[in-house]
Amino acid sequence: MSEILVQTLVSGLLIGLIYALVAIGLTMIFGVMDIINFSHGEFLMFGMYSSFWMFSLYALDPMFTLPLTALFLFGLGVVVYKLVISKITNAPMVSQIFTTFGLMLLFRGIAQFLWKPDFRTIEKSMVSGHFSLAGIQVGTPQLTAGVGAILVTVGVYLFITKTRLGAALEATAADKEAARLMGIDSQKMFALAWGIGAACAGVAGGLLSTFFPIFPDVGANFILIAFVVVNLGGFGSIVGALVAGILVGVIEVMGGFLLGPQYKLAIVLVLFLAVLMFRPQGLMGKA
Amino acid sequence: MSNNAVVSQPAEPPQSLPRKTAGTGYALMLALLVIAVFVPQFVDSPSHQNIAILILMAAQMGVAWNIVGGYAGQVSLGQAAFYGIGAYTSTLLFAQFGLNPWLAMIAGGGVAALISIVIGWSCFRLKGHYFAMATIAVAEIIQIVFTNWEFAGGAVGLTIPMDQQGWDVFVFASKVPYYYIALGLLVLTLLANLMIERSYFGYYFRAIKDEPDAARSLGVNLRKYKLIAFAVSSFFTALGGSFYAQKELYIDPASVLGTGLSIKMALVSILGGIGTLSGPVLGAGILTLIDEGTRALFGGTGRGTDLIIYAALIIVVAVYYPNGVIGWFKSWMARRQAVQSQVARGEHQ
Repeated sequence: MSEILVQTLVSGLLIGLIYALVAIGLTMIFGVMDIINFSHGEFLMFGMYSSFWMFSLYALDPMFTLPLTALFLFGLGVVVYKLVISKITNAPMVSQIFTTFGLMLLFRGIAQFLWKPDFRTIEKSMVSGHFSLAGIQVGTPQLTAGVGAILVTVGVYLFITKTRLGAALEATAADKEAARLMGIDSQKMFALAWGIGAACAGVAGGLLSTFFPIFPDVGANFILIAFVVVNLGGFGSIVGALVAGILVGVIEVMGGFLLGPQYKLAIVLVLFLAVLMFRPQGLMGKA
Repeated sequence: MSNNAVVSQPAEPPQSLPRKTAGTGYALMLALLVIAVFVPQFVDSPSHQNIAILILMAAQMGVAWNIVGGYAGQVSLGQAAFYGIGAYTSTLLFAQFGLNPWLAMIAGGGVAALISIVIGWSCFRLKGHYFAMATIAVAEIIQIVFTNWEFAGGAVGLTIPMDQQGWDVFVFASKVPYYYIALGLLVLTLLANLMIERSYFGYYFRAIKDEPDAARSLGVNLRKYKLIAFAVSSFFTALGGSFYAQKELYIDPASVLGTGLSIKMALVSILGGIGTLSGPVLGAGILTLIDEGTRALFGGTGRGTDLIIYAALIIVVAVYYPNGVIGWFKSWMARRQAVQSQVARGEHQ
């Protein structure tokens, strides 16, 4: 019994780390410019396809192509910001919601157009297979993905807290006007936030691609969870997203184990609402 | 958030104008209604009649959403929950217990309104993004419950028997009766909206939307009026859901509880003009025609071309016309008037 419990905890932790990585991109965009990005799951989807095509066309393993995927998605994030988002920075909330919602549909449509709605998988990447450790079965791709998510998360955290650019980003998030008076170009910071946000989602997609099916609507599986993680952690908080991501992953897997997998998402959402009622600013958010 | 509200203000035309455009708006609506009554006389093809019904249904959903989302400014992205509750309540009462479907429809509206008060009671503590997210979560939970609820047909859904037909059982083989019922529902929802707009509720709703802190300091019970807006909106949304069930004779969680439906309700309002009476009706016409048109033109080739065009349109509208067609029309009128008065002054001198 306890073995099953530990097994469940480990699976929850590993998927939770991925959730955290997806949510960090989302929370960053929100924190810096107060916009909820409904198309965030589609950045993840593009990250998966990027991994898939480099693997199937050039036999490059997803583990090696992660930096390229990050670079592609960073570019995509910046382009999306420049072409669309920069025009709605001061628009009413409903316009912002529908702009990013439209982007979500657009990206899904483009993926369907380019690659058809089929399910694709990456078979026999260098991290396939599984091993057992002290009686606990661990999938190698899942473990790699978890470790990769931790590394990227720590990297983003260090970038924000230790570099000048990161400090500028945080200053913009805290107070746009004050940051502008200090000579920080908020337009550049917004673009940077979108770039990093998209790159995080893309890397999460790349890490997932070795064990998760790849299809145009795959983002739908992650966007709601990512919202929950961002909300639970506190909008704009990176540490909050990490903690909440792990929490959500563990609760989801445990809940699925105890009540049946069909209620996994419902349990997470109920918990999310409960926390929202008592602490609307999230676990680590400022009131 | 607060500065967003300020930014949206300058797009509004000067004070003297709305009355005039509102008058034109009512006249236009009346003319549209008269035309709508005769549509089935000119449109014989069932597929075209169906598109007309879809427009009326989308308009009714949008007008219902607009009560809470437009007038009271509470962006609920979970209204599909009430659409589904309406559809399921009436279908269960009619198909399983033999209750008259017209009564079952009203019962569905009542159940949805009650549930909306329970949900709103907790969710209205949240503002802006948090409220929008919470409503998505609630709707998603309700969808999961229905998907796993054996009594409600689970993921397979429920069927309404077609063995009896006619006005007393609300089941028809022809599209025309459905058309007139949809039109009737839309007019009913519009009348409710009009009454709200004209009564003190409308002032309170707008106060909640534009100046919540000022309204609170004047002693307006914000939560009470938010709940009223939510309940009325949910009641009419549920009637729309019941109508859908009767028209399709089949419902399942994906078709009456999906998030896409919630988004569409809001989208219709935004496209036409949020917080206006005729906005959702115009928005429904435009959106449905584009939706159906792109599907007919490009849907056959598969590959998501229709989705791309539909999505691009949403983005263009949200970015460039945040006040919708009505907002665009108002600012155009305002510009024209300004030019005219300039010309008049020029002649006078």
